[in-house]
Amino acid sequence: MLKYKFNPIILLVSRVVSPFIMIFALYVIFHGHYSPGGGFQGGTMFAAALLLIRLAAGFDIAQLQFKKILGTPLGSVGVLIYFGTGFLAMLSGGEFLNYHFLPFAGFKADELRSLGILMVEIGVGLAVLAILVAIYDDLLEGYPHD
Amino acid sequence: MITNILAITAVVSGAFFLIVGSIGLIRLPDFYSRNHATGKSDTLGIMLVIFGLILLEGFSLNSAKLFFAFIFVFLTNPTGTHALTNAALNSGLKPWFRKNTGKGDGACTGK
Repeated sequence: MLKYKFNPIILLVSRVVSPFIMIFALYVIFHGHYSPGGGFQGGTMFAAALLLIRLAAGFDIAQLQFKKILGTPLGSVGVLIYFGTGFLAMLSGGEFLNYHFLPFAGFKADELRSLGILMVEIGVGLAVLAILVAIYDDLLEGYPHD
Repeated sequence: MITNILAITAVVSGAFFLIVGSIGLIRLPDFYSRNHATGKSDTLGIMLVIFGLILLEGFSLNSAKLFFAFIFVFLTNPTGTHALTNAALNSGLKPWFRKNTGKGDGACTGK
């Protein structure tokens, strides 16, 4: 493997572009109900923004942004959010992932379904983001960093 | 009327630059010159096409989105080309010279 070489042009443009990719990824996640997109696509774009910094700035500096240890726990939390939403509806008397039975007071039926879809998509996006970054980190395992 | 003429001119010239970049990608001999062809003329071609579309669209939300696409193409396309070429140079790829190739292959030497 090649050693990392500092390159100011690539690092500067990556630092400028990466927050915009993150904002667009959040837009894709939160507009998953009305427009093309959703959890998988938004999570992949967020992971692309993180991996851009990892490629441009090197592994050690990118640890300040997203630590390597965080990969598997965050993925588990994402899966837990997904499963928890479905299981909460099941505990309240409906089927698995039947958002109509979610135990939140003060919502109309359509708002309740929209909220349930949003919770599921946040979970999916978090899991995809963490697992993609963890795959990249595991590919680098064993090579000398920097 | 004048806006339409300007927009059509920009889109057609952008398509011309894209075609020139594609021909260069096929015809040029090695990695560096191919990267040079696509990196320059594709950036200019896509920017001209988007500029023509902005002129056609007028002042609206869609043209604002096109303007952001314009800025990001302008920023990222040359940087990606630079990163590719820099990585190739660091990993030891030699540039192509005419005297390195044999006299037989006409496609590369152009004779």
